[in-house]
Amino acid sequence: MINSRFFNRSELMGFIALAAVLFVILPLSLDVFRLNLVAKYLTYAFVALGLVLCWGYGGILSLGQGVFFGLGGYCMAMFLKLEASSVENTKIQSTPGIPDFMDWNQITSLPLFWQPFHSLTFTILAIILVPGVFALIIGTAMFKRRVGGTYFAIITQAVAAILTILIVGQQGYTGGINGMTDLRTLRGWDIRPDHAKVILYFVEVVLLFACIGIAQFIRLTKLGRILVAMREQEDRVRFSGYSVANFKIFAFCMAAVFAAIGGAMFALNVGFMSPSFVGIVPSIEMVIYTAVGGRMSIFGAIWGAILVNFAKTSLSESFPQLWLFGLGALFIAVVLAFPNGLSGLWADYVQPRIDRLFASRKSKPDWKDNSVADGAPAE
Amino acid sequence: MFGDYSLGDLGSIFVMQGFAGLILFSVYVLMALGLAIIFGQMGVINMAHGEFMILGAYVTWMTSNLFQAYLPGLFSGYFFLAMILAFVASGALGMLVEWALIRHLYKRPLDTLLATWGLSLMLQQAYRSVFGAREVGVELPQWMLGSLHVTESIEVPINGVFVMCLTVLITISVAYVMYKSRWGRQVRAVVQNRIMAGAVGINTEKVDRYTFGLGCGIAGIAGSAFTMIGSTGPTSGQLYIVDTFLVVVFGGAASLLGTIASAFSISQTQSTLEFFMSGSMAKVLTLLAVVGILMLRPQGLFALKVRK
Repeated sequence: MINSRFFNRSELMGFIALAAVLFVILPLSLDVFRLNLVAKYLTYAFVALGLVLCWGYGGILSLGQGVFFGLGGYCMAMFLKLEASSVENTKIQSTPGIPDFMDWNQITSLPLFWQPFHSLTFTILAIILVPGVFALIIGTAMFKRRVGGTYFAIITQAVAAILTILIVGQQGYTGGINGMTDLRTLRGWDIRPDHAKVILYFVEVVLLFACIGIAQFIRLTKLGRILVAMREQEDRVRFSGYSVANFKIFAFCMAAVFAAIGGAMFALNVGFMSPSFVGIVPSIEMVIYTAVGGRMSIFGAIWGAILVNFAKTSLSESFPQLWLFGLGALFIAVVLAFPNGLSGLWADYVQPRIDRLFASRKSKPDWKDNSVADGAPAE
Repeated sequence: MFGDYSLGDLGSIFVMQGFAGLILFSVYVLMALGLAIIFGQMGVINMAHGEFMILGAYVTWMTSNLFQAYLPGLFSGYFFLAMILAFVASGALGMLVEWALIRHLYKRPLDTLLATWGLSLMLQQAYRSVFGAREVGVELPQWMLGSLHVTESIEVPINGVFVMCLTVLITISVAYVMYKSRWGRQVRAVVQNRIMAGAVGINTEKVDRYTFGLGCGIAGIAGSAFTMIGSTGPTSGQLYIVDTFLVVVFGGAASLLGTIASAFSISQTQSTLEFFMSGSMAKVLTLLAVVGILMLRPQGLFALKVRK
């Protein structure tokens, strides 16, 4: 560790604020339906967190995060689906004991790659390893050949397209366009009633903070500094003797694993998984969350995921026509006017005022009133 | 998979699927030509390219409706006017977008991707509000219907032949403009070295604007051609954008010849495979092959040797 402290003061404030909102304020103020919606937004926060590492720090823009989100989500959903389609539950099918969509597609026995998903241990390992290894393969193939930037973005996008077409096309094995629905229990524990949703919400928040901890740790160690250096001056890092490709692969894999954890939590919280969370459009939306929140800020990206999704839900509830206009305009505005997103605005306008407030409190108490008046309009 | 067919049947299948592939090829080439100019030459990742194409398709649809309502006598020739209108409409919108958006982002290519994605969302919603969410199809004039009988078992649709001739014509004109005209020289000069091009008196901002406009205009013509073979909806453009980018990248971003070669190979592979398996698997295999080859040869098929 280079820094003696894990968080500096402003990061500590961000951490406390986020923890207070997620652990205390939201669960106390929202009903279970809304809390479950927040849980859904937070699954995207995992992806956004990964993108901060990979895009903000490493400079690698991946337009295929939906692939990893989907892989994680499908691994979880396959386990849940198998449990939901026990022999008693599926008595009316022509082949009992296999998922309903397989029965509809005239498949009479469980395919081989479904077999291991009877085990929860295997499933949890698969949620981490399948996307991780997949990212490792793509990353190794691309970065070792020094493919980067726009080319990498386009190829990851193509991978997202391929996986979506494959999932939709192989209806009998994957549930097709409808995805895997009707997920019921986890090891006999019903995930659908209200109290289960609240518990799952807290599990998710704890996992999110664990991931924040990992991301912050990576950021503070030498690894994080090399990532930033690589983004700014790739050749210099290479000439200094570091293997640029390996660091890029690492960042990409970390982002993939975070996204996969998000996907698995999505399947648990929302109760289904479908290809509409895998393809090109959701993948780019995930990048939008990160860009809006601030690609350089761990907490900013999480706020971005929550706020953009919140705006999406409320706008599309009341003005469905306006939502796409709003999202498009927001995106153009973020790119053109404030590339560092909300966290950039915060750092430029709000943080200095807070700092002044603290500084003036300590040194010159008689200035306090003055600076509070200064700070108030900025909110 | 070949066992059930006789040799003669197989030959006919390959010819006819090959021809179906050629129509796909025409749309790919027209889409990719515009993108090759914008992405290959200017380095701007235009995710709204599909929406420019769809604008052209909607303009064609409107023109055909106008002709049907007011000039039924001239209906057989509406397509030529529609094509010009589509080029002008998409080109004008392209120049507007360049002025308002793209010119601020030349130094940040990845951000052009995000901004134009926002633009494409707005355009899609605009189409949905103006033209409705349902897909629309144009009525083809009488002379384009029907097909040519080449041999007993081989027949080719006339609109396909027409689209192909159009593609060849446009490709040749683009190649002429880019490589032989004075303006094309200016474009290439600006791309190679913006500062030096400005120093020798080229108005780089103007060249940028017209280049972007030309690329979008060609997308508009692609949209016109697209109406002959499919129906147009607000999100039809998005379906083609990834394919088109792959075509451009696979061909080697800065090379027009490479773009044509890659559009040809991708569309032919896909259409031949489509006969033997489901459409989605054919697409998956084609895209996988392209991504696989790109991993082995990232610079694409025809790469210019440039020292960077």
